[in-house]
Amino acid sequence: MQWKTADYAGWGRAVRARGTLARPERLPALAAALTARGPAIGNRRSYGDAALNAGGAAIQMTRLDRLLSFDAETGVIEAEAGIPIAELLRLFAPRGWMPPVMPGTGFATLGGCIACDVHGKNHHGAGSFGQHVLAVTLMTDTGPRAVTPGTDPGLFRATMGGLGQTGAILSARLQLRPIPGQRMRVVETRIPDFDAFIAALDASTAEFAVGWVDATARRKRLGRGILEEGELLDGSRPGPIRRAKSVPLDAPGLLLSWPVIRLFNRWRLSRIPDSGRKRIRALDEFFFPLDALQDWNRLYGKRGFHQFQCVVPQDAAPALREILAAIAKSGIASPLAVLKRMGPGRAGHLSFPMAGYTLAVDLPARKTRAAPLYARLEDMVQAAGGRLYLAKDALARPATIAAMYPELDDWRAEIARADPEGHMTTDLMRRLKLRSAA
Amino acid sequence: MSETWLILGASSAMARAFARKLAERGDGLILAGRDTADLDRDAADARLRGAALAETIRVDLRDPAGFDAILARMTECEGTVSVAVFTGSMPPQSEIDADPALIEGVVIDNFTGPARLLLMLAPLIEARGAGTIVGVGSVAGDRGRIGNYVYGAAKAGFATCLSGLRNRLTRAGGHVVTVKPGFTDTAMTWGVEGMFLVAPPDKVAADILKAVERKRNVIYTPIFWLAIMGVIRAIPEPIFKKLSI
Ligand SMILES: Cc1cc2nc3c(=O)[nH]c(=O)nc-3n(C[C@H](O)[C@H](O)[C@H](O)COP(=O)(O)OP(=O)(O)OC[C@H]3O[C@@H](n4cnc5c(N)ncnc54)[C@H](O)[C@@H]3O)c2cc1C
Ligand SMILES: NC(=O)c1ccc[n+]([C@@H]2O[C@H](COP(=O)([O-])OP(=O)(O)OC[C@H]3O[C@@H](n4cnc5c(N)ncnc54)[C@H](OP(=O)(O)O)[C@@H]3O)[C@@H](O)[C@H]2O)c1
Repeated sequence: MQWKTADYAGWGRAVRARGTLARPERLPALAAALTARGPAIGNRRSYGDAALNAGGAAIQMTRLDRLLSFDAETGVIEAEAGIPIAELLRLFAPRGWMPPVMPGTGFATLGGCIACDVHGKNHHGAGSFGQHVLAVTLMTDTGPRAVTPGTDPGLFRATMGGLGQTGAILSARLQLRPIPGQRMRVVETRIPDFDAFIAALDASTAEFAVGWVDATARRKRLGRGILEEGELLDGSRPGPIRRAKSVPLDAPGLLLSWPVIRLFNRWRLSRIPDSGRKRIRALDEFFFPLDALQDWNRLYGKRGFHQFQCVVPQDAAPALREILAAIAKSGIASPLAVLKRMGPGRAGHLSFPMAGYTLAVDLPARKTRAAPLYARLEDMVQAAGGRLYLAKDALARPATIAAMYPELDDWRAEIARADPEGHMTTDLMRRLKLRSAA
Repeated sequence: MSETWLILGASSAMARAFARKLAERGDGLILAGRDTADLDRDAADARLRGAALAETIRVDLRDPAGFDAILARMTECEGTVSVAVFTGSMPPQSEIDADPALIEGVVIDNFTGPARLLLMLAPLIEARGAGTIVGVGSVAGDRGRIGNYVYGAAKAGFATCLSGLRNRLTRAGGHVVTVKPGFTDTAMTWGVEGMFLVAPPDKVAADILKAVERKRNVIYTPIFWLAIMGVIRAIPEPIFKKLSI
């Protein structure tokens, strides 16, 4: 039974699709599924409609998840695209290596990390995921085809952050990063307000840094929160691998995100002394804190939520403060926002990162003011010379996105060559008119 | 002492999950199936996860001519030889009703094919005085139902055969684990109507490994299927024959 008709959604669950899904477990099944024409998708950890194809077919790559090679000398691995990033961490950390860039969830697949050119808590130093990819193998009608920056630089670049539009990524070669051990030293510091946060991020010399901002605080306290800085340590893993808890049901509207916040108790302002707090953590606990609670997206209820994530250039910090103020004033956002510094590293035409600061916050879709607020924020981001993250977006307008991504036309030219008939088109492509020249 | 497992039906997601757990223990693996080109990728995966050895070997249960080569390969393996059977096929019952000739293939894939191979390998286990056989049956074998009674009958036959084989091998130091999974999220059930309480293959694989380590005889996985099947088996036939569950 190759195809099943299903209702499915991205992580935010606010936009849904009805279509057919295949989930091949071996190569011939993948080749057969691709003849039905549809995009490859991963674990659907993108929030909006990047991994949706309403009324058509989509091919879930999660069962093509095999390790193909590993060179213990160089730390180069090759694996099928469906392998989750957390599995790479679990398997290779004991051997002294880890993925060089990891998003906030370990459920993201290798293919999804490439197709969104994801960033981690070390973006200011390590750049984006695609910058560590040495080769990808695309599955074409005539079989697997290896693409490297050497053999076809244009196609390679269009694939990094290319949202699956150059074809199904079957496997990839990735340069892992050597690590001294399986522990991290984590330092948490209380930050009183937004300007102090920007200053603290700028001053931080830690390899990994992330800011948790209290998105309910206003006026003088606007932007207060906790800066979390991490450094890799030697030594074996502290404590056993934890078992994730799951959320069995959709939460009723009222509950909303408060349990998520409770999960973050350890970061709660009041618990961090003025002098800060130092702890030793396991790698997965530091990199994937939210994965401790599986299906936590259900806490936002049936209607789901949107995530707003923007990046603004370095000199636009004051504009970001205004964006945060607008969010805080609206009173509808989830109480927790994430603030990070970004470096210039990006691997593809449609990659999100730019040197500056990125802010992310959840907006419950059941609030009728969510969409208007998003539209206002979208304008503010554009005016600040920043951009929105397509892996999170479900609400933006085509014109703004086109203005935010200056390499869009170059990407379109590559896509026209790689997938001239539009077989890989997704709901996001249609909504934002990304594939069609303006 | 080293242990090498023959995995029959190695391309199944359930088998893949189980083989990965064995690989992480450092066991050796001989992955048997029809598509050896694709299984080569599983072998690479197993080696990178720690398998002492990982190879593929071709088997088509409907063509027993290849069985000798498998026996020969397993005989070459030093130490303990174990076997895990994941093969099976489940065409829709309506297709079998329309074309009863399909019965034979179903019986071979689920029962007589692996049984024949197991009987060929049994003397090896007896000679070495050790070794485990894992036979994957199904809860469907516990009672004939309108929806899949030919598949169920084949699984029931396999379970009975495993029970006898357990009786035989126990006295020679071997062990047999009969596994009865409930609905599992694999290619076999993808898109099939009426699935509920579907378990991830990794959960089933973890239960199987635990059963192997604890020398359990018959397991239901996930465990709640023990209760569900207890109820289904207890329904008197006069009532059961009118139900469509
Ligand atoms: C809790 C949480 C935290 C997150 N934190 C971060 C973060 O810190 N940084 C960050 O950058 N992102 C972050 N994300 C976003 C996430 O990392 C990306 O959306 C990622 O792409 C998800 O991977 P996936 O496998 O689920 O892909 P999906 O969501 O299934 O797909 C995303 C896109 O990738 C394409 N794609 C997937 N697999 C393939 C393939 N094999 N071949 C071709 N195309 C493919 C799809 O077509 C789609 O366009 C986070 C998400 C969550 C839920
Ligand atoms: N999924 C469930 O809900 C469920 C529930 C209870 C029990 N089971 C049992 O669990 C086992 C694994 O099944 P699955 O769910 O993972 O489905 P699956 O992917 O269809 O696995 C069946 C396996 O049997 C192999 N096979 C079938 N006929 C064969 C033949 N003639 N020669 C050689 N190999 C043959 C297949 O190999 P190819 O790759 O060559 O086709 C495949 O590896 C089966 O015994 C099944 O009956 C499944």
